[in-house]
Amino acid sequence: MSSTTLTERPTRSTVFDGLSRYIPIGATVALLVAMYLGGIARYPNFDNPQLIPDLFIGNAGLLIVAVGMTFVIISGGIDLSVGSVMAFSTMACAWLTVDAGLPASVAVPAVLAFGIASGAFTGAVIHYFNVQPFIATLAGLFLYRGLTLQISDHDVSIREIDFFSWGMERVEFGEPRDGGFSLPYISFIAFAVVIVAFVVLHYTRFGRSVYAVGGSEQSALLMGLPVARTKISVYAVSGFCAALGGVIAAFYTKSANPLAGVGFELDAIAAVVVGGTLLTGGAGFVLGTVAGVMVMGMLSTIIAFQGNLSSWWARIVVGVLLLAFILLQRVLARSGERKRKA
Amino acid sequence: MSASTSLKTGRGRAGAYFKRLMWPLIVLAALLIVNVAVTGFDFLIPDVHDDRLSGAFVNILRRAAPLLLIALGMTLVIATKGIDLSVGAVYAIGAAIACQYLMSRDQSSIGAVVFAVALALAIAAVIGAWNGTMVAYFGVQPIVATLILMIAGRGIAQLITGGHIPTVGDTSPFVELGRGAIGTVPVPIWIAAAVFAALVLLTRTTALGMLLESVGGNPEASRLAGVRSKGITILVYLITGACAGLAGILGAANLGSADANNGGLWIELDAILAVVIGGTALIGGRFFLVGTTIGVVIIGTLEVTIINVGLSSQWQFTAKAIVVFIVAMLQSPEFRAWVLRPFRSRRARRSPAEPTPEPAPEKAPVT
Repeated sequence: MSSTTLTERPTRSTVFDGLSRYIPIGATVALLVAMYLGGIARYPNFDNPQLIPDLFIGNAGLLIVAVGMTFVIISGGIDLSVGSVMAFSTMACAWLTVDAGLPASVAVPAVLAFGIASGAFTGAVIHYFNVQPFIATLAGLFLYRGLTLQISDHDVSIREIDFFSWGMERVEFGEPRDGGFSLPYISFIAFAVVIVAFVVLHYTRFGRSVYAVGGSEQSALLMGLPVARTKISVYAVSGFCAALGGVIAAFYTKSANPLAGVGFELDAIAAVVVGGTLLTGGAGFVLGTVAGVMVMGMLSTIIAFQGNLSSWWARIVVGVLLLAFILLQRVLARSGERKRKA
Repeated sequence: MSASTSLKTGRGRAGAYFKRLMWPLIVLAALLIVNVAVTGFDFLIPDVHDDRLSGAFVNILRRAAPLLLIALGMTLVIATKGIDLSVGAVYAIGAAIACQYLMSRDQSSIGAVVFAVALALAIAAVIGAWNGTMVAYFGVQPIVATLILMIAGRGIAQLITGGHIPTVGDTSPFVELGRGAIGTVPVPIWIAAAVFAALVLLTRTTALGMLLESVGGNPEASRLAGVRSKGITILVYLITGACAGLAGILGAANLGSADANNGGLWIELDAILAVVIGGTALIGGRFFLVGTTIGVVIIGTLEVTIINVGLSSQWQFTAKAIVVFIVAMLQSPEFRAWVLRPFRSRRARRSPAEPTPEPAPEKAPVT
């Protein structure tokens, strides 16, 4: 409102309305395929049928958290607290089951409910008190990291709790020898989250409101959309996904590390952006995020296969990818504006 | 920009300034009182050991110098409605360049040290200018543009150091930058004070400060008014990059080594926190370098206070979270209105001296 003047160019381009809105996600998928084919051409054993499923095992937590982040970013916000919430959830699971002696069937739902509640609280602070999402979730980043460290400042093992061995039990799909593969249960949890998120974001009233709020909060309000409910809900979704990511990490590592997930929010944001979601909000896809997570997973796989490359190359390449995708989005937005002007 | 301090008369400006700084000063005083109550007056009074000042409070200032440098740059960036998330990574890069260059050369030669520092500063400034170019010319949101280097930067730092932690010997003049003293005052304090004075002079005695505020207040209006906002935007990111690089050099000099992974970890968040505590609103349009300085001292004192009152160091995250939350709430007009609603009937109108907060823009336009 404050900056809308007659001299200004249209603030929202037409780019992402037409076919060209599929360009970023198309580029991501093309990149993914190119990486895979390049890997097969270069390294023996890269065509191992277990390779693709493995991407969904090591990155199951990232996938879930990034899907939650997709909701927040499409609504025009950002959630920096996910890494800390994740570490806190893992630690809370360990503490409730090992120290407090609660059954895991009580502890896990409690942790997930807590994730929803804390996300909803953050969303309420952001909406009702007009605090910037960056600052409100920054408080969450510090708070949950601090609480995690206060529960325990060293690793807590949850190996003795039978429940947590459930997650890594594998389901076999065919014999490994004839192209079969296996997936643990945590991957199916991640798939379920993706499918539910896909349906909710693209085919429900709530999902459309998320896009509308991200496109222009003012317009969404004037259209009579429930802006408050939508904004609070996206942070609740993100909180839930972060807590679930923490539970997945508990399954995956069978221990709780107070410093787990430092910088995880950056990975999640990077995956979302590489997946073609506009960081300014209003445009993006859940399946794009899946592709983004897979690109990042594929990247570390290739670096592992290469052997002589150090892990920091992954960060540099992710940065270059981010740069490329952000510039691609800018170019598309600019050309859309030009088309609209002409 | 009705609240722009530079437009006010001398008296009104001083009054507004004091009002802005009152809350941070009260918080700082409270923290100091707690420390004095626990550890006695020795906390505040510096004593001279080996021709240099020491004592708890001087140490806080000395250790806070890198954070202050970064927070000062961040203040200018935030004044233009931007943010720079990459400072922690630039800190690591600056430290890595200086230490890596010195490691393979004659560390005791002043020339090599000067060149190492100049090289690190120049590269940090180039990185900052790159951030500014992304924001000004490519029209990328600041948080996004600097996120790229926040993610890639530590990788670059590790690339420079080859994954090792380069060390500089204790005899090198380089470590004097972090541990030495000139006229009994520690060198980092001198450097931080010099940068502070330079930035205050640069922004408050020239038109630059006002131009910064106008760019942050309304970029479109200031462009139409003939302000070359693109150059100014690049300049502030360049200054921030150079400050972050210098902070990295000070940090590395203090430790005698550069850790690409953990050096300056989360310093961007601390810097943003210091800026916000100091009264600079994240929506841009005005800035308070003095407030930022007080914010930095508050953060430094807070960390020591937690230890002094007998809490474990794990509390510092929780304490920071509480400070972020309280400051965000206090700065929110909606929250103040909500709290004051029961008193609204008696205090129908706010006193005019109180700076009226501008309405937060609902969304950055994607132009």
